[in-house]
Amino acid sequence: MATMVQAIRMALHVGESRLGVTDIFGQDVGPPLGGVFTQTQGLQTAWNTPLDERGIVGTAIGLALAGQKPVAEIQFCDYAFNTIDLLKIAGNTYWSSGGDWNVPMVLMTPVGAGIRGSIYHSHSFDAQATRIPGWKIVMPSTPRDAYGLLLSAIQDPNPVMFLMPKALMRIKAEPGERIPGEPEDEKQLNKMIDAPLGDRSQWRPEWPPLEELFVPIGKARIAREGRHVSVLTYGRNVHMALAAAAELAAEGIDAEIVDLRSLHPYDWDAITASVRKTNRVLCVNEDTEITNFGEHLIRRITEELFYELYAPPKLVAGGHLPGIGLADHLEMASVPQKNTIKAAIAELAAHEP
Amino acid sequence: MSSPSVSLSPAAMPAPAPAGRLSAELCLRIYDLMLRARVLEERLITMYKQGDGYFWIGGPGEEAFNVPLGLLVDKGHGLDHDYLHLHYRSSATLLALGADPVDSLRQMKNTATDPYSRGRNFAGHYSARKWNVVPVTSPIEVQFSIAIGTARAQRAGTGAKGITIVQGGDAGTAEGDFATALVWSSRRGQELPLLMIVTNNRYGISTPFTGQHGYDQIAERGKAFGMPTAVVDGNDPEASYLALQKAIEYVRTERKPYLLEAMVSRLRGHSSASGANPVKGEIDCLERFEQTLESRKLLTRAQIEQLRADYTEELLQASKRVREEPQPTPESVHDYIFADKNYVGGEA
Repeated sequence: MATMVQAIRMALHVGESRLGVTDIFGQDVGPPLGGVFTQTQGLQTAWNTPLDERGIVGTAIGLALAGQKPVAEIQFCDYAFNTIDLLKIAGNTYWSSGGDWNVPMVLMTPVGAGIRGSIYHSHSFDAQATRIPGWKIVMPSTPRDAYGLLLSAIQDPNPVMFLMPKALMRIKAEPGERIPGEPEDEKQLNKMIDAPLGDRSQWRPEWPPLEELFVPIGKARIAREGRHVSVLTYGRNVHMALAAAAELAAEGIDAEIVDLRSLHPYDWDAITASVRKTNRVLCVNEDTEITNFGEHLIRRITEELFYELYAPPKLVAGGHLPGIGLADHLEMASVPQKNTIKAAIAELAAHEP
Repeated sequence: MSSPSVSLSPAAMPAPAPAGRLSAELCLRIYDLMLRARVLEERLITMYKQGDGYFWIGGPGEEAFNVPLGLLVDKGHGLDHDYLHLHYRSSATLLALGADPVDSLRQMKNTATDPYSRGRNFAGHYSARKWNVVPVTSPIEVQFSIAIGTARAQRAGTGAKGITIVQGGDAGTAEGDFATALVWSSRRGQELPLLMIVTNNRYGISTPFTGQHGYDQIAERGKAFGMPTAVVDGNDPEASYLALQKAIEYVRTERKPYLLEAMVSRLRGHSSASGANPVKGEIDCLERFEQTLESRKLLTRAQIEQLRADYTEELLQASKRVREEPQPTPESVHDYIFADKNYVGGEA
C-alpha cells in the first residue's frame, strides 16, 4: 500500500501526464532531490526555483493566467507567511476582474507538528488559509484521499491549497484504501517509483497503470461512525482522534470522527447530520486557538444548531504560543495529543444538560 | 470615440523622418492618443471632485511613454501575443491599445457596466483578457513576481512568439518583488523574455527618490544581472518610442530580459488623496510635444485647441450618460468568487 508521499507523487504523475499539469515547481522540487519529502521525484515537469517564496507564488499565478496548469510548492508552510498578499491576489483575481481571469493553480505545502521540527517546521496554516477568500483548501489524512484530493485540486479552475500533514507523509494506506492501479505488493511500488539513494541521474520511475480517482472538494469523510460525540477534525489529528475513540470504546463511549478533508468549502451537511445524531461536538486541530478555524465551526454550530446541543461545544487546538518548542515536552504541550483529545471526548460524553 | 473635427492627416507633410525622430504620421497618431489620455484623466479627476467617484489615481505625465508602449506591443490573447502587467498609471497604454475611454469613466463611477472590475476596483485598475492585460492591482510590486509566470510560459523553446512586459514605478522597486524579477528572469540557460519597465517619477507618494534610493538610476541594478539596460526621457514620445522599440525587439528576438527606465512626470501628484491638483515644476510632456509639432508645422495652435475642446466635450457628455448607468446590486458581491470553468485555459 502506498504511503501518503507516494500517493502525492502518483497524483502529480497523473496530473502531468493526463490532466494538463505543465509545471511542478518550488525550492528543491526538481531533480536531483525531488522534494524534501520525496514527493516530486521522477516527475517530468518538476523544476527547481530560486529560494524565493514570493517568486514561487507569483510565478504560479502568472503561469495560471497564461493558460498553464501549475502546481507550486512552498517547502514548509512556515515560509509561506511572506506570500500572503500574493495568496490574496490569487484568491481575489477572478472576483476583482469581474470574472475576466480565473486562476487555476495548486499550491502544496507541508503543515503541522509531529516531526520535532521546532519553531520553523511545525507551523499550521489552516487558520491563515481559511482567512483568504477565493481559495479552496483541502487537507488529506490518508494516502488515498491525498491522491484523490490532489487530482480534484488539479482539475479545479480555481486556486486550491493542498495542505500536507507532514507527520503523515510516511503513513501507509489502510486495507481497502488502495489507490486504483497501484501494485498489491508495496515493495514492488517502492522499487518502481522511489528514487535510489546516491546518483539518480540515470534513474527513471516506472509508473503503475494508475486510474483517476477524484475525491470531491467540499465532502467530508466519516472516519469512524459513533453515537455520542462528534469530533470535527482533519489531517494529523484524525488519527489521534481515531486512537482516542478506540480506547474510549472500551469505556462505552462511542465517538464519531468526521474527517473534514476540505476546509473551504467545508461539508456543512455532513457536520449537521453528525451533530443532529450525537448532540455533542468537539473540534480538533493544531493551529493556534485564538481565531481558529474550529472556532468558526463552533460559532456556526452554536448559531444554527443550538437546540440540537446537549453540551457546550469544545475546541482542542494548539496553544496561543509564539512557536512550537523543540524539546519533546514542549512540542507535546503545544499541540493536541491523543490523551487531550480523549479527555475532551470523555468530558463531553459525560455532560448532561 | 467619434472622429475629431480636426483632421490629423499628415498628407501634406514631407515623408522621411530625421534620425531620432518619428514620421509625421506616427507623431500625430501618438499626439492624438496622448491628448485623449490627458483629457480622460482630467475628466476622471473632475468626476472625483464632483462626487462621481470615491478615489482617483492615474497617469497624467506618463502619456509620452505609455502611448508608445501601447502602440508597440503585439496586442492579442494568448502566448503568441504580449502579456502586459501594468500599473495604475497606464490609461494612455490602454487607449493606445484601443480601449474605450468611456469604460474608464464607468470604473470611476463604479457602475455595474465597468468592464474592468464591475464596480469593484479603483479607477485605472484595468483588466482585459482579450488583450493579455493582466488585472492591475493596488500593491505596487506584485506584478513583478506574477510576470515571471507569463514570461516562463513564453520562454525560449516553447515556440511562443509573445513576450511579457511588466511596468511599475520607482518607489515599488524597493520591494522584494523587483529583485525577484531580476533574479528569476536572468538565470543562465533559463532566461525569460521579460521587459521590465520602471517609470520613474522621482516620488513614492511624498517620499522623494533620494530619500529611498542610494543610487542614481534604477536601471543600474539590471547590470548586475547581466541584462541590457537603458534610461530614456519618458517625457519625449519619440525617444520613448525608439527606446521601447529597441527593448521589445531585443526581448522578442533573444528571449532574454531587459530593464528600461523612463524618467517621467507626475503632474497631478500621487492620487486624489494628495489633492490631484496640478503640480508646479514638472515637465508637461503634452505641452512640450505640442510645441514640437507646432514648430515642425504639423499642427497649429488652433487645431490643438479645437481637438482638446472636442475630446473634452465628448467625455463630458459621456460622463453624464455613465452617471445614469446602473450600480452593482448588493447581491452581486457574491458573483465571481469561484469559476466553474477554466476560462484562461480556453474553456468558454
